[in-house]
Amino acid sequence: MSSFSVNEPSNRTKWFAGSLVILYAIITMIPLVWIALTGFKSPADAISYPPKYIIGSDSEAGFQPTLEGYVNLFTTRTRQTQEFLDANPPENWADEIVRKYDMVIVGPSKFGERFLNSVIIGFGSTFLSVFLGTLAAYAFSRFKIPLADDLLFFILSTRMMPPIAVAIPIFLMFRNLGLSDTHLGMILLYTAVNISLAVWLLKSFIDGIPTEYEEAALIDGYTRFQAFYKVVLPQAATGIASTAIFCLIFAWNEYAFAVLLTTANAQTAPPFIPTIIGIGGLDWPAIAAGVTLFLLPVMIFTILLRKHLLRGITFGAVRK
Amino acid sequence: MSDRTIDRVASATPPPVARKIRGLSDRAIAWIFVAPTIFLLLAINIFPLIWTIRLSFTNYKANRIGREVKEIGFRNYERILTDSDIWLNMQATAHFLIWTIFFQVLIGFTLAWLINKKFKGNDLWTTIIVLPMMLSPAVVGNFWKFLYQPQIGLFNYIIAFFTGKEPSSFEMLGQVNLAPWSIVIVDTWMWTPFVMLICLAGLRSIPDYIYEAAEIDRASKLRQFFTITIPMVLPFLMLAVLFRGIENFKMFDLVVQLTGGGPGSTTELTSINLKREAFEKWRTGYASAYAIILFVTVFGLASIYVKALNKVKER
Repeated sequence: MSSFSVNEPSNRTKWFAGSLVILYAIITMIPLVWIALTGFKSPADAISYPPKYIIGSDSEAGFQPTLEGYVNLFTTRTRQTQEFLDANPPENWADEIVRKYDMVIVGPSKFGERFLNSVIIGFGSTFLSVFLGTLAAYAFSRFKIPLADDLLFFILSTRMMPPIAVAIPIFLMFRNLGLSDTHLGMILLYTAVNISLAVWLLKSFIDGIPTEYEEAALIDGYTRFQAFYKVVLPQAATGIASTAIFCLIFAWNEYAFAVLLTTANAQTAPPFIPTIIGIGGLDWPAIAAGVTLFLLPVMIFTILLRKHLLRGITFGAVRK
Repeated sequence: MSDRTIDRVASATPPPVARKIRGLSDRAIAWIFVAPTIFLLLAINIFPLIWTIRLSFTNYKANRIGREVKEIGFRNYERILTDSDIWLNMQATAHFLIWTIFFQVLIGFTLAWLINKKFKGNDLWTTIIVLPMMLSPAVVGNFWKFLYQPQIGLFNYIIAFFTGKEPSSFEMLGQVNLAPWSIVIVDTWMWTPFVMLICLAGLRSIPDYIYEAAEIDRASKLRQFFTITIPMVLPFLMLAVLFRGIENFKMFDLVVQLTGGGPGSTTELTSINLKREAFEKWRTGYASAYAIILFVTVFGLASIYVKALNKVKER
């Protein structure tokens, strides 16, 4: 857009459009900023009225930041008698925080475990969907497969099914196969959900790689396999990476299957976070801390890799 | 990766077979590459679907393993379609669908149109706006519940600040007249960026020369907007509506965390109701029939819609 164009909006238009968009962006960020702030409040500050929003101020709208929420998120605590507390001085800074409520830390909470499950299942299913998806996408892109269009549509249509509709038989199937509440079961399940998107996305990337490179390689005596992994794969690397991010985000965020098919061993973080309970009700600072820790990786990913992500989101529309 | 696998396979097999593997025909490779995907989808999508269809004709209950299973024909379907409560759930779903799509299209298109004015830094702000749609819907529902708390919630505080009402005088999640709107607001907050991105792709696909030609013909800016911009973006917009429609028809996680279907059953969308029947009341056969009805509805509506979409594209 360096040359003059009749479509180049005037500076005043740009300024006006820009301020409206920025205003929307700020409004949209308020809930997220609020949750991040709540994670650093004490339970009393978190539910005070009017809301407190100035960090470290002594005024009525201010609160002193504390790590209570994070300590509560990662630990389990019990209330103790005064004699016990007097006899056992706090062991570390975290212990000192909970002493305010006459409590002692007795061990780690389940959050670390659930977070780790999210990581294992997320990466496991992403690897598998991208691996299988790349093979299938290459085949659909380069070879004549009978009924290719129907197969591709079939692959996509599996995404229209409401998760709860397939959850019933999957629940029964997993129960019979011993896959209930296992990492392997969840990895296979998320792979099956993700693979439709992976095949379509990767096919659009591989379609964009000219076939001449492979043909040259084949003439030089490469086999099809060699041409695939030595010529096509390196060129599809960006596409593979952005597909992987999509699969990872889906698996990371998924809730319906996780809440229905896992209970303890393989439960991921999304069904766990809302169940964090403090004294006399939900422990909002601890929940907010968990939410913050859980959402942060995705937000960082989104900002760093925005170009690839945006292409992935709009691929369906841009594709002919 | 496949390098080593192939070599390993090749070295472990006698020479003639090895030669065969190395020099597989294109057709064989095509099938080897596609088969695992198809197999996985058959096993985890199609097989369960067929199983659901079978179960839907029985009175099976998944929590009673020893119980005799009887074939009861179409009785489950009859019961669902004549149940007035289920029509209430359908109504709640329709309310949710229609209003979320309305707001998301309105705000999403406007934002895309503004961003397409290419002001400085529009990339950065687009990314910030996109953030909510990348997050976990269940977790989003969970923390919006906190924002919606009467008395202590930020949402009530802000509304009270601007309207002068008492912040404890209304409960977004607890009042029958407000709860359906509370879920519309959160879904709009979360998914407007999706509609925006697709509209943006549409706006950017319009070649400049069309506007230049219009300018030469002295078409006014308003006229250009209605005769060029809108028709050219329409197919994209309709696609965004399709995706949102399918997703929101299936809506479960966000609303379950936010309202759990309440108060009463005012926000009990079909998926939530289905989950109750299947995993709380354990009426597996009945719920299976329900699932099939929902699936056929989505599939049917989507196919009709896609036909309309293709007509618009052809124009």
